[in-house]
Amino acid sequence: MEIAADIPSYVRCRQKCETSLIANRCWKFSQTVKEVSDKELFASGHRACAGCGGTLAIRYALKALGPNTICTNATGCMEVVSSPYPEISWKVPWIHQAFENSAASASGVESALKALGRKKGVNVVAFGGDGGTFDIGLQSLSGAMERGHDLTYICYDNEAYMNTGVQRSGSTPYGAMTTTSPPGKLSFGEDRQKKDMPHIIAAHGVPYVATASVALPLDYMAKVKKAAAIEGPAYVQVYSPCPVGWGSDPAKSIEIGRLAVDTGMIVLYEIENGVSKVSYRPPEKIPVREFLKTQKRFRHLTDDKIAEIQGFVDERWDKTFR
Amino acid sequence: MASWDIMHGSRAVAEAVRLADVDVIAAYPITPQTHIVEDTAKMVADGDIRAEYVKVESEHSAMSVVIAASGTGARTFTATASQGLALMWEMLFVASGMRLPVVMVNANRALSAPISIWNDQQDSIASRDVGWIQLYVETNQEALDTTLMAYRIAEDAGVQLPVMVCMDGFVLTHTVEPVEVPDEEQVSKFLPKFKPQQYLDPKDPMALGPIAFPNVYTELRAMQQQAMDGAMSVIEKVNDEFSAVFNRSYGNGLVEEFKTEDAEVIIVTLGSVAGTIKDVIDERGDSKVGLLRIKSFRPLPEDEIRRALKGAKVVGVIEKDVSIGLGKGALASEVRDVMYGSGDSKILSFIAGLGGRDITLDSVRGVIDTCEKALSEDVETVHWVDLKTE
Repeated sequence: MEIAADIPSYVRCRQKCETSLIANRCWKFSQTVKEVSDKELFASGHRACAGCGGTLAIRYALKALGPNTICTNATGCMEVVSSPYPEISWKVPWIHQAFENSAASASGVESALKALGRKKGVNVVAFGGDGGTFDIGLQSLSGAMERGHDLTYICYDNEAYMNTGVQRSGSTPYGAMTTTSPPGKLSFGEDRQKKDMPHIIAAHGVPYVATASVALPLDYMAKVKKAAAIEGPAYVQVYSPCPVGWGSDPAKSIEIGRLAVDTGMIVLYEIENGVSKVSYRPPEKIPVREFLKTQKRFRHLTDDKIAEIQGFVDERWDKTFR
Repeated sequence: MASWDIMHGSRAVAEAVRLADVDVIAAYPITPQTHIVEDTAKMVADGDIRAEYVKVESEHSAMSVVIAASGTGARTFTATASQGLALMWEMLFVASGMRLPVVMVNANRALSAPISIWNDQQDSIASRDVGWIQLYVETNQEALDTTLMAYRIAEDAGVQLPVMVCMDGFVLTHTVEPVEVPDEEQVSKFLPKFKPQQYLDPKDPMALGPIAFPNVYTELRAMQQQAMDGAMSVIEKVNDEFSAVFNRSYGNGLVEEFKTEDAEVIIVTLGSVAGTIKDVIDERGDSKVGLLRIKSFRPLPEDEIRRALKGAKVVGVIEKDVSIGLGKGALASEVRDVMYGSGDSKILSFIAGLGGRDITLDSVRGVIDTCEKALSEDVETVHWVDLKTE
């Protein structure tokens, strides 16, 4: 089969399993590449940095959703890079209001569509970063989830406030260096664990919650599709590497994303109607050090701290994959 | 058929929302706006309003929901007061910057701290620069009528700005007056179904709320001011058309003059206290004192104000707000700005009715006494009415 030049290597991996380019492993895809739309609804030419995970999260989501979609966007990198007036990357209707209200904004779109008899077949999808979701937007998101609107909320999670220059958020992992959690004589970096946002949303009793990664796009797209198809509110949190904020090689964003799941730093799962299901089981456990060393945000960590992080990961690993 | 009833101001607003056939209501309860939220919720529950009622978790989300719904092509309504207005302040700029015809009733209430649930107008006055049209009403009937007119003004192709109808909390919201509820058919003639010029639609994608760089931001703000300037004549036109259909109007829609013609003292105010002032003027039985009630605070009808105050030797501005640090009421300082260079009338600021303190007939008599004293001698330019000094 002819493979388009712009299809990234991890997709090629699925196409030719036997010559897999990624860590000699094949991903258990729920979709095939052939089913993925070749229509781009997020135009190139936007102003994101090289290696940006967030823009992939949007591009893939829109491929999964199709053109019959209205999007809302929180203030943040994705809004800034995609909408320099009078240019716009979004080829679907799009509204950005403020930082903390992407979910309320989506509630308004959905309610208007219902009131005007235009809801049928239209996906209403809210985007927000981890700052706009875990922190400042949590109240608005909680309200939207609890009210039961038929919408999908996608959090592109890059684990800090990248738009303002890498400040810590409720999503920043233990030990990570940000400009507001700097290591120093009295500090080893971020001293709190990443907030467990998906379970906070799941506790609202919504029908669908999932975690995903832009490094595993077919899994992510399948989850977005499922989230949109389900009647009622759905939440997808997609791990989106940020080379600028993480101090990583822009060419390695996907590799780092895969290392995150293969080391157990993040776990991919779905919670459907309250029932949890792990959606990716790493074939072998890679030491977390392999992930940490790809990023400058962790380079100050001592062996003791790395061992501590490995301890947290082991505990989660045992619980998740036992 | 139009019908008469005795009702609270809040109920009068709810009737207007029903008659306006809104599509989306989002609101969060706050005293003294609560009855508006409750009455419209019941109307939706009974099928009297065919709208989506979004039970939001905050005023910030209430405004966010109506902005998005309006951007999606719906006619929208919300109501708030005081702390609620302060919480949605960020979003007020977004509604006006996006040029969305959102209509909101603000039940004017004092701001914390100290917390006060009672009436003054500091909340909306402090939001004077958010780019919303602000219309202050005197009676419950005017609250109903102005809410209907607000949609016509907001949705006018040349205006496209949100409108805040400001009604005094408790004084109007919780007080009963006879109100005529207009006939539905007549209302639908005056205010036809909302036809947005553009809206979020997958068939014809557009973007609302992109980032503007310094090369365009100033121009977009200037366009908002142009729209405000244009709104002036639209407000007058809508007031006239309302009058033609319903036989009621409120001055020229922008200001209402009461016995100003030969007056050497003119009191200027906003909102319901105008009723008390009219009573005091009436009881005097002379023509020396008049009243200019400013209905439209934004846009501020400068020409109308100048014309009305032209003959006055003393202008006393009674208002329920104070700009701390400036040391006078915001309206007084604006009236002074408007009058700069036209005549030499003295402009006095009377700060009154803060945090729900009644502005009584005696309070108004005292204000007028001070103004008359100013005709022949020097008086302080700022007065805190009924201030306890010990």
